[in-house]
Amino acid sequence: MDVTNYVVLAAVLFAIGATTVLLRRNAIVVFMGVELMLNATNLAFVTFARMHGDLTGQVLAFFVMVVAAAEVVVGLAIIVTIFRTRRSASVDDVNLLRG
Amino acid sequence: MTPAGLEISGGETVLFWVVAPLMVLAALGLLFVRRAVHAAMCLVFVMVSMAILYIAQEAPFLGVVQVVVYTGAVMMLFLFVLMLVGVDASDSLTETIRGQRWVGLLIGLGLALVLGGVVGRAAFPPGVGLAGGDPGGVANPQALARVLFGDYVLAMEAVGVLLVTAAVGALVLTHRRRLTPKQNQRTVAEARVKALSQGVTLTPLPSPGVYATSNAMDTPALGPDGEQVPQSVSRVLRIRGQERPAPHTAVALVENQADRGTEEES
Amino acid sequence: MNDVIGLAPWLVGFPLIGAAVLLLGGRATDRWGHWLGVAASAASAVVAFILMFRMIGTPPEERAVDHGLWTWLSAGGLDVDLGLRLDPLSLTFVMLVTFVGTLIHVYSVAYMDHDVDRRRFFAYLNLFVAAMLTLVLADSYLLLFVGWEGVGVASYLLIGFWDTGRPSARENAVAAKKAFVMNRVGDMGLIAAMAILFATVGSVSFADVLPAAGGLSETTATAVGLCLLLAACGKSAQFPLQAWLGDAMAGPTPVSALIHAATMVTAGVYLMVRSGPILEAAPTAQLVVVVVGAVTLLFGAVVGTAKDDIKKALAASTMSQIGYMMLAAGLGPAGYAFAIFHLLTHGFFKAGLFLGAGSVMHAMGDQTDMRRFGGLSRFLPITWITMGLGWLAILGIPPFSGFWSKDGIIEAAFVPVDGQPWRAWVFGSVAVLGAAITAFYMTRLFFMTFGGRRPRWTENQHPHEGSPLMWWPLVFLGVGSAALGAVLGIGGTFTTWLEPVVGHAEHHEPVLPVPAIITVTLVLVVLGAALAFRMYAVALVPEEAPRGSFLTRAARKDLYQDAANETLVVLPAHGVARLVQVGDRDVVDRGWGVLPLAVSWFGAMFRKAQTGYVRSYAAGMAGGVLVIAVVAWLVIQLGGGLGGAQ
Repeated sequence: MDVTNYVVLAAVLFAIGATTVLLRRNAIVVFMGVELMLNATNLAFVTFARMHGDLTGQVLAFFVMVVAAAEVVVGLAIIVTIFRTRRSASVDDVNLLRG
Repeated sequence: MTPAGLEISGGETVLFWVVAPLMVLAALGLLFVRRAVHAAMCLVFVMVSMAILYIAQEAPFLGVVQVVVYTGAVMMLFLFVLMLVGVDASDSLTETIRGQRWVGLLIGLGLALVLGGVVGRAAFPPGVGLAGGDPGGVANPQALARVLFGDYVLAMEAVGVLLVTAAVGALVLTHRRRLTPKQNQRTVAEARVKALSQGVTLTPLPSPGVYATSNAMDTPALGPDGEQVPQSVSRVLRIRGQERPAPHTAVALVENQADRGTEEES
Repeated sequence: MNDVIGLAPWLVGFPLIGAAVLLLGGRATDRWGHWLGVAASAASAVVAFILMFRMIGTPPEERAVDHGLWTWLSAGGLDVDLGLRLDPLSLTFVMLVTFVGTLIHVYSVAYMDHDVDRRRFFAYLNLFVAAMLTLVLADSYLLLFVGWEGVGVASYLLIGFWDTGRPSARENAVAAKKAFVMNRVGDMGLIAAMAILFATVGSVSFADVLPAAGGLSETTATAVGLCLLLAACGKSAQFPLQAWLGDAMAGPTPVSALIHAATMVTAGVYLMVRSGPILEAAPTAQLVVVVVGAVTLLFGAVVGTAKDDIKKALAASTMSQIGYMMLAAGLGPAGYAFAIFHLLTHGFFKAGLFLGAGSVMHAMGDQTDMRRFGGLSRFLPITWITMGLGWLAILGIPPFSGFWSKDGIIEAAFVPVDGQPWRAWVFGSVAVLGAAITAFYMTRLFFMTFGGRRPRWTENQHPHEGSPLMWWPLVFLGVGSAALGAVLGIGGTFTTWLEPVVGHAEHHEPVLPVPAIITVTLVLVVLGAALAFRMYAVALVPEEAPRGSFLTRAARKDLYQDAANETLVVLPAHGVARLVQVGDRDVVDRGWGVLPLAVSWFGAMFRKAQTGYVRSYAAGMAGGVLVIAVVAWLVIQLGGGLGGAQ
């Protein structure tokens, strides 16, 4: 067992998160995909911190968590507002800004 | 190529190989389940597993924070919003943008391959492990706190400001200015009487299960004419498609009794 | 001489101040403005007289004085000092301009009596006098050019003076523009000449250029000479830039007398004589000058025979007479004196003729058609006598002034140049022939106006002599026409007077003996006059012009000069302009139009990428990240491979 496996796991999770963002239409699920991607990077950070024996990776993971929390608060507020006015949580319905 | 300075115990190996596939499966669930609530539950599972892996990787503090912040706060927020937005927000999985599904899958696969390939082929330096020079053994929260409030204190403060700003921003975004006069009992009653001509009933709707064979919440009531009254079932259940149709037997029973009544009169 | 040279700037100053006061003073000066104009001109004339008497009292070799005023331009290698050159040549002009100018100013007071814009008219006249004096007093080509343009502007303003409120207002304005534009063609020549002079000599002042002219290469001298000739042709209405003079008669008659007969149009001759040393260094240019003069003198004479408009006939005559002067100016030092002499006498008698014509028009209610005149000698005796004097003078009948100057030119034309007798014969014959035709058309003009047994007036004509203000100038000019030539001509007084400037001319023998030339000329002149007398005094003159021969019809149309200009210059210019327009619009603009088309096409293409679906954008981003990751990975792999190879 190699510590690299953790990084590979992070990469796979990141790819799944990205795919979720691309494929799902429910804004909340899309948001979950973003959170999954953030968590995947956190796993990589923690793994690298362990690999290099340096706590900076964990610190960065911590900051990512905090920023993600802030982002979730604002993002969900936006979703709620949009839903309130348009009665829809689909990201495809918000397409007025097109060529 | 397990580095000399970093021994991975057999227990951890087992843990990883048990947890990692489950995490991937749960993550894939995010991609394939129809209901947003199920997706949220999948994500909760991934996050809790992630916390376990953190702890396994000498980051107990982060593991705890992961549980508290992510599963405890962020995911609860998600669920709250799901409730607010409505449980009918289940997502049809048919694609509307032409080619988006294939493009998305291709990109996802590509990302997985490239990232995995790069990680797999990279020559990492020999692992050190956080326990390296510390006889205490683990990367204790104290060490992390020292770094966090020493080297990164400014970023820490900035993040604090960010959180406050985000909280205020959320308040501002979700605040709704009242555009219509406040409703009181009188106005509600008057509006209801006014809407009488449009087929709205003045009286409260029958509760679910009235005259039905079952008095469960998901069974529509039967009206005086023996027809089902769909409105009697909660809207959420109706939208979810979870109402139980009134059994034919009950309908037949009512009809039979009505027939018999007419015969007796004649 | 040097003690009074300080007065010289006042020659220009008085009329300039007059013009400034009249133009800036506006309507406040309406009541007395014309008298201010007369006074300004007269003051100049007084100064001119003082200077002339002082100059006569000065030894001939000290008569040329340069009076520097201040440094005008100092730009790199070009330093132009503004200064006045006072010598017998310029003083002759000054006398002519101020004296005749003052007479015409006086005349105009009466002539323009009923014009509401009389004050403005006098302002322009003063402006003209100031500019003309600047022109002749300049000590450099550059200052001369300032005066040159100044008289052009004054001429333009005065030709188009009646540009409102008259039936002919539009034609007047067009005539003014025509004169202005054709003069600009000539000005180009003057500018080019100055440029060449500055490039070769390094200066444009007469004091530097003229002595250096002998050292110029013949090519340079020819180029400068021809450029100067172009300028002179424009200003003096010489072939091929002669078309504007006839139309310039649209201006008030005093203007025609002063500007388009006596002074401004002779500026070209002045330029030729002043630039004599340059021309002498370029025999080719000299020959061209003579040819231009000869062509114009015949051209004007032929046109003059057919014109029924009294002013246009006089204008054609002016053209022809200036042709004589140009011919003389091209003959070298022998001709310069006679060119200027003829210019002087012509200034008097032609001004007298024009003012007489103005008097006739004044009497006949602005009628200019000579076929509607006739028999006026009884009603306008003073005009008749003074114009008669002018008529005899222009015919060259001895002892009237035209004889002394014109005969000198004809004699000079018969002198072979560079031992080429054909030139003497050709130009001499042309000059004599021109004199005969001149006699014909002037006699025609004179008798159509004053003679004839039967008046051909229109209704309600009561011709009468104008006020003394109008006929006193006529008398002065008549006396000048009669006597000036004899006073200055006998004994070569005028030639001697000009000698310090134009140099002493060796006497050469003409190809014919002088008495023979005089006799032949006089016989032909008398024959021409007699023919005209028989046709227009003895015979009845039809009120409507007969159709006439081909030559008559051509001459009436100025020998098709306008048509020729139209065809040779205007149409090609229009063609070029149209070509440029089409090129600009259809080639350049369309060419650039491709750019926005391409941009908008690309825009339309890229617009399709903007679906509005945030997931499409996310796919784009993710795809980009993927591509970058792959590329980075490949680069690292390859770079690493290379590194390994080394």
